[in-house]
Amino acid sequence: MPVAMPQSDAAVLARRAEVVAALERIVPGEGVIASEQGMRPYESDGLTAYRQLPMVVVLPETTEQVAAVLAYCHREGVRVVPRGAGTSLSGGALPLGDGVLLGMAKFNRIRAIDFANRVAVVEPGVTNLAVSNAVAHAGFYYAPDPSSQIACTIGGNVAENSGGVHCLKYGVTTNNVLGCELVLVTGEIVRLGGDHLDAAGYDLLGVVTGSEGLLGVVTEVTVRILKKPESARAALIGFTASEHGGECVARIIAAGIIPGGMEMMDRPAIHAVEEFVHAGYPLDVEALLIVELDGPRPEVDHLLERVNAIAQQCGAVFYRASTSEDERLLFWAGRKAAFPAVGRISPDYYCMDGTIPRAKLPFVLQRMSELSAQYGLRVANVFHAGDGNLHPLILYDANKPGELDRAEAFGSDILRLCVEVGGVLTGEHGVGIEKRDLMPVMFSEDDLNQQQRLKCAFDDKGLLNPGKVFPTLHRCAELGRMHVHAGRVAFPDLPRF
Amino acid sequence: MSENLKPCDHAEVEEAIRWALSGDKTLEVVGRGSKRSIGRAAQWDATLDLSGLSGITLCEPAELVLSAKAGTPLAEIEAVVAANNQELAFEPMDYGPLLGGATDSATIGGVLAANLSGPRRIKAGAARDHFLGASAVSGRGETFKAGGRVVKNVTGYDLCKLLAGSWGTLAALTEVTVKTLPRAETEETVLALDLDPATAVKAMTAATGSFADVSAAAHVPAAAAKRLAEFAAAGSAVTAFRLEGVAPSVAHRKGLLEELAKAFGALGALPAEASREFWRAIRDVKPFAADGPASARIIWRISTAPSRGAEVGNALAERAQAELLYDWAGGLIWAALPPSDDAGAIVVRSVVAAAGGHATLIRAPAAIRSKVDVFTPEAAPLAALSKRVRESFDPRGVLNAGRMWAGI
Repeated sequence: MPVAMPQSDAAVLARRAEVVAALERIVPGEGVIASEQGMRPYESDGLTAYRQLPMVVVLPETTEQVAAVLAYCHREGVRVVPRGAGTSLSGGALPLGDGVLLGMAKFNRIRAIDFANRVAVVEPGVTNLAVSNAVAHAGFYYAPDPSSQIACTIGGNVAENSGGVHCLKYGVTTNNVLGCELVLVTGEIVRLGGDHLDAAGYDLLGVVTGSEGLLGVVTEVTVRILKKPESARAALIGFTASEHGGECVARIIAAGIIPGGMEMMDRPAIHAVEEFVHAGYPLDVEALLIVELDGPRPEVDHLLERVNAIAQQCGAVFYRASTSEDERLLFWAGRKAAFPAVGRISPDYYCMDGTIPRAKLPFVLQRMSELSAQYGLRVANVFHAGDGNLHPLILYDANKPGELDRAEAFGSDILRLCVEVGGVLTGEHGVGIEKRDLMPVMFSEDDLNQQQRLKCAFDDKGLLNPGKVFPTLHRCAELGRMHVHAGRVAFPDLPRF
Repeated sequence: MSENLKPCDHAEVEEAIRWALSGDKTLEVVGRGSKRSIGRAAQWDATLDLSGLSGITLCEPAELVLSAKAGTPLAEIEAVVAANNQELAFEPMDYGPLLGGATDSATIGGVLAANLSGPRRIKAGAARDHFLGASAVSGRGETFKAGGRVVKNVTGYDLCKLLAGSWGTLAALTEVTVKTLPRAETEETVLALDLDPATAVKAMTAATGSFADVSAAAHVPAAAAKRLAEFAAAGSAVTAFRLEGVAPSVAHRKGLLEELAKAFGALGALPAEASREFWRAIRDVKPFAADGPASARIIWRISTAPSRGAEVGNALAERAQAELLYDWAGGLIWAALPPSDDAGAIVVRSVVAAAGGHATLIRAPAAIRSKVDVFTPEAAPLAALSKRVRESFDPRGVLNAGRMWAGI
């Protein structure tokens, strides 16, 4: 395992039976799993190259039980890894051998739906899609739609600040969550936000969202629901060069159009998908755009005409606009099947998630094909083109010695490249363990120390999900120390008046 | 008389804060001071004036981003963004009219530190939702970076969210990156006249839950409406719905909206230019302006669930003789109370606590703001957490100490 996890605490492991018994007292019945066989399903998440059995699994059903479990672990110095559905692609829910795996799957109820205020109050174990389904009868939906939406949970979405294909127009999780109930590692229960807008004081909900399970455990979430757009149409647009596709995206935005979705695929991805899904994608293009417009029909038709004109100006060699809902869904079926389609042409693939300033796309694709040759591994690209979020899929075979390591090294180079051109390490999958050791590429030691000081404000003993996000663990006391150099500051030079 | 420190670059901001730390001094952090009278009245040893850090450093409309030094005037940024047919979609309000200062005197750093927004908040979010990245100096005198320069980023904690609305109590911003979005080609406002607040809230919640896709919904009761030029003569309450977008879409949705709204009352409309002017007045709470008939009144800003807006407003009218203005489909209430020793805090706090939400005392004499909580007091475990968060950035309480709550 190339990424080193924190060393297990032998003293905690020695007390395993005692910890299990204590958890069984808090969560009676079937809520504690301590057998190897029973814990096996929890050994990994969506980043399957990494596996680790937890010390014990606990599946509480009430906020009070979560609070009691955390208070116990805090008092006893036991580490805790929270888990939703375990679909993280960055290893956010990878267990610790000396840690309690806190599964939130039993928090699976929708507590309230309030159409007048356009909010739903849900438990964190409810799946993303279940929220939309629960409000669909009234023509509403929950906007963030990560591709794992059938399985991934709202609690996990909050932890990862999940996005999806519609987030350029409708925002990511943080823009669509209004409140939550949060249990701190001490067992204290706090409410952040509610069904109103904006925080009363510090926007702690904003920082808990995307904190990857390092700051607390969410036991209830108030999400915003939106009226489903009246209509939607998609267009497939093909180009003989990725530059032309990139230019088309830039001009669509410059024309004042923010599409509901704007996706790009490169030739290897197009071919893999078309063979698998037969979505009618052209095979003789280097880049394919899917542009979806949604809203009232007159608006959609009007803007689609403009998109068509822009596409022609940018040298599109293929253009087809959907004329029926079935056709629109077929266009999307290809894109949505991109990962499994790539899975068919390669025994394994590794999905990356950097964001770049969109103008750098041709350069990044060029560098990526050079790296592909250098590492001897193929790569296919799918791309949330509107917001510059790139998903290169590196194809490899885990059964061939050294290929996984090569794929990981290739992936690291891609992410370094993203940062180099002004982008970031992760657009929506999170840092987890996967990109943890690359954090210094993007952040200075002071940047990371400040983030870890914030962690200390929530988790003084560093017990919540340690080993994720931050490459080096510091003790809170050490981070809190101040080094003030009185008299050494050249302050008198500062202009005053 | 406190000292005024006016750094002109990031390094000097760092030096200034280190100087304060070494001498155990507190700093008031200001941009151009347009919101200086919001917050608990407290005393600081020196002023850290960031208006010297000015200038747009990156403007890439096709990438939807703009970076600027924190003291850059908002008006300068809005002009550059508008020249590219874009806007700051969160529609930051101008506190000038309400607080009696000059208009157009905000800085981008102040806008973000106060998490401002405007009528479009219900559709496009607040400053927090458009704040992508920052360079800042913490109360430890250390430089740190938050976020990035791209619109989609989950790398590390989202410190921008925390800095938004922290009122300068965590760090001094030196450079920021915000999202810029295309601005609507046209707009139009549909009016429903003479509704009482409860009916208006029903109409507004119906509109926000419909295909009309309104980008703003506000209710101005008669007392406040008569201070808006357009409605001075009519003497009736005005409920307004804004439609923005391309012309065919606005026309189509206007039809939908009128169909929906006519069940509630007589209709009217404001064409594009009048609509823009009307929403600027709502955004800046002009009916309660410091140079108008409500100048002596205390101003509270209340955020609650829209459907409970009328109930909150009615209770404040009855129990505290408040004049009211409702934005955000009823979820944002501006309440103007007659002067009193406690600014009406006991009544406001109890009404808002019962309905859920929060209330901030925006305009009141300093003597009152030094003894009445300006921000909603937090329950014990949350207050302790906020204090720890504050201390994680500024353990000595150097920056804007005591501005949000005593000790924070």
